[in-house]
Amino acid sequence: MKFAITALAGAALLAGLAIAPAASFAQSGIKPSADGIVVYNAQHQSLAKEWADAFTTETGIKVTLRNGGDTQLGNQIVQEGAASPADVFLTENSPAMALVEKAKLFAPLPEDVLAEVPAQYRPANGTWIGIAARATVLAYDKTKLKEADLPKSLLDLALPAWKGRWGAAPGGADFHAIVAALLELKGEKETAAWLKAMKENAVPFKSNSIALKAVNDGQVPTAIIYHYYFVGDQAKTGENSRNVALHYFKNGDPGAFVSISGGGVLASSKHKEEAVAFLKWIAGKGGQAVLRTGTSYEYAVGVGAPSNDRLVPLTELGAPKVEPSALDSKKVMELMLAAGIL
Amino acid sequence: MGMAAVVVSFFSLLPLVFVAWVTIQAGWATVSLLVFRPRVADLLLNTTALIVLTVPVCAGLAVALAWLTERTDLAGARVWAWVCVAPLAVPAFVQSYAWISLVPAFHGLFAGVTVSVLAYLPFLYLPVAATLRQMDPALEDVAASLGHGPWRVFRRVVVPQLRLAILGGSLLVALHLLAEYGLYAMIRFDTFATAIVEQFQTAFDGPAANMLASVLVVCCLLLLLLEGGVRGRARYARVGSGTPSRSRTVALGRYAPGAAVLLAATALLSIGVPMLTLGRWLLVGGRDVWRMGEILGALWQTLAFALAGGLLATLAAFPVAWIAVRHPGRFQRFLEGCNYIAGALPGVAVALALVMVTVRVALPLYQTVFTILVAYAIIFLPRALVSLRAAIAQTPVELEQAAGSLGHSPFGVMRVITLRLAAPGAAASLALVGLGIFNELTATQMLAPSGTQTLAMRFWDLSGELDYAAAAPYAVIMVAASLPLTWLLHVQARRRSGR
Repeated sequence: MKFAITALAGAALLAGLAIAPAASFAQSGIKPSADGIVVYNAQHQSLAKEWADAFTTETGIKVTLRNGGDTQLGNQIVQEGAASPADVFLTENSPAMALVEKAKLFAPLPEDVLAEVPAQYRPANGTWIGIAARATVLAYDKTKLKEADLPKSLLDLALPAWKGRWGAAPGGADFHAIVAALLELKGEKETAAWLKAMKENAVPFKSNSIALKAVNDGQVPTAIIYHYYFVGDQAKTGENSRNVALHYFKNGDPGAFVSISGGGVLASSKHKEEAVAFLKWIAGKGGQAVLRTGTSYEYAVGVGAPSNDRLVPLTELGAPKVEPSALDSKKVMELMLAAGIL
Repeated sequence: MGMAAVVVSFFSLLPLVFVAWVTIQAGWATVSLLVFRPRVADLLLNTTALIVLTVPVCAGLAVALAWLTERTDLAGARVWAWVCVAPLAVPAFVQSYAWISLVPAFHGLFAGVTVSVLAYLPFLYLPVAATLRQMDPALEDVAASLGHGPWRVFRRVVVPQLRLAILGGSLLVALHLLAEYGLYAMIRFDTFATAIVEQFQTAFDGPAANMLASVLVVCCLLLLLLEGGVRGRARYARVGSGTPSRSRTVALGRYAPGAAVLLAATALLSIGVPMLTLGRWLLVGGRDVWRMGEILGALWQTLAFALAGGLLATLAAFPVAWIAVRHPGRFQRFLEGCNYIAGALPGVAVALALVMVTVRVALPLYQTVFTILVAYAIIFLPRALVSLRAAIAQTPVELEQAAGSLGHSPFGVMRVITLRLAAPGAAASLALVGLGIFNELTATQMLAPSGTQTLAMRFWDLSGELDYAAAAPYAVIMVAASLPLTWLLHVQARRRSGR
């Protein structure tokens, strides 16, 4: 009996030792700690990895990424509370940042970090900053539809004429952010009605890229996605977007919403100095240059940081004004649950 | 030993108990709000349709294929028998990936049923073929001599003897249908498992995901009860084993081409499609997709998990198996029942429960290697139990008694006799559990320490970004690693029945 129990414990311990990552050998920068920092990353893995690798090369500070979705990691941090192993939180959209902010789990950021990003790309209270941005678009099948056939507003997609004729990825944080913006701009009643119509009208897909591919393959004539899925595919082979064009709603329409990806440092972080350095690096020249030259095709938001040439400039998108930290993911979840979409 | 067995059973039931406790804590109002809603009805409908359609098709096809390969003069029957088992080496989500990248519009119930049948057919084929091989043809001869035609003999004599194999295999397939996430997520077919993961990905361990998990657990228990009820108590054994004569082979005659086409079509769809798509993506990707640093890193991590998890599961299974063989009784049956139920729970429910337990009450264990290994041990305990029980049962108790009478302490006996003689069983357990871990996706995603990248995770992330070419090497490695074990299972199944 004892034998079995000791053996069990022994095996577990042994396994733990075998898998525990070896400590890295840091070389320069602000005295890198042995464990480095843990980043809860909801951004695209490839982008985050590019950032982390470049930062580590430059500073010697080790970065461990834990990947997941915006709301998953946001809720996870809230659930973990002060015991969270995370030092930095990066998202694709603002609602998850607002969630953690509301739980008062972010450390206020120093002035020099805030100064890296213009005021419209960060919340007024300075608990986190924008690190990138993405534009809502309607991807459409240009072999079947002309500009004139397209809806003038995101709200038009609730009309019976669009039944079964548009796709989206309602399970993903990107779409939740768009709904959150709609909620902020039009209020709860109109949003709930729009979601109810969406349950009837929309074809759900697992992700934005799959929705884009579905438009390209003629499965559905249009889809609400973010711009960079299209741009990225065009830049690669165009295999999944050959028949697709983008429609920008503009005019301050909820469908012209520009979503801000956020980054923040956790108040519970035991490596705050390194965590802040990482965030400053992402928002600064190095990180923003990765956005311009890399394959993410998200917008750069740093002060004076240009975006990739392939993108329609941020200033021409006619985005509605939305305070990023007002975006309420909890309410969005409730409304989407009630509409039977989640 | 008894204590250890209790500890293991406690661990394996812990998640279930915790889910139940949280459900009760949530109160009836919350439960009814989250369970009795249209979305849950949709999922229930989808999941039920999936099971009701897949299992009979799978069973029918398995019986037909097993009969053709075991009982007829089909050309190349031995090769075909292997071909029927081989899909076991292709992880279900790789099967799905192969189809979706070949036919992008493939989705919904039809796609779900098709891919499920192809992926899980071996689970039914293996037991049915084994039973057909062992069946004593004398019974069929008697029936024939009483004037029954070949069809009637098949229906009244052969099928009833296959009942246990079909039921057992069907239960296994049905449980897999309930538990599988990757396969259905990829072809856009919503089941409880996909909805739970989706909920987890939006709300972490929120109440909605837990309620869905509770419903899923209830579904599993219902399936277990159903199978137990249908199985009944009919007796299929003979008194005295005797020497069964070799069963005669049926001449297919003019049906031979048709039979060959059926087998070829099944093979083409279940192995041909994955091989074709993987080959194509490897060709498209060329040398660029073999980023060896990343691939080797993931391979090493996966191997470490598989080895450590296999060891833990085998060690945990040992006391339970030992008690089951050496001290059968009411208490032992109760423990066995506990482990059986825990083993039938989908990985996603176990993982969700462990996330909840560790983050709420056992924070030091949260996101540790220990927790993911415990999850693996719980999920794959049945595989370890099956292998170990057989091995311990074959260890003569007389040898243990003799060793005891020669002055060895009980632990000494265990070390000198039992552990040594049961070693092959332990090796089988290690291999079976290890393979399961090698291809595991959901629990690993939810529980593993930050920075973990297994082959399955990398494959999933890359195919999720539609980078099918870069995902291909990971799939190829998973298939290649699974092949030897699949071959071993095939050979063992044949040897056990004396061929």
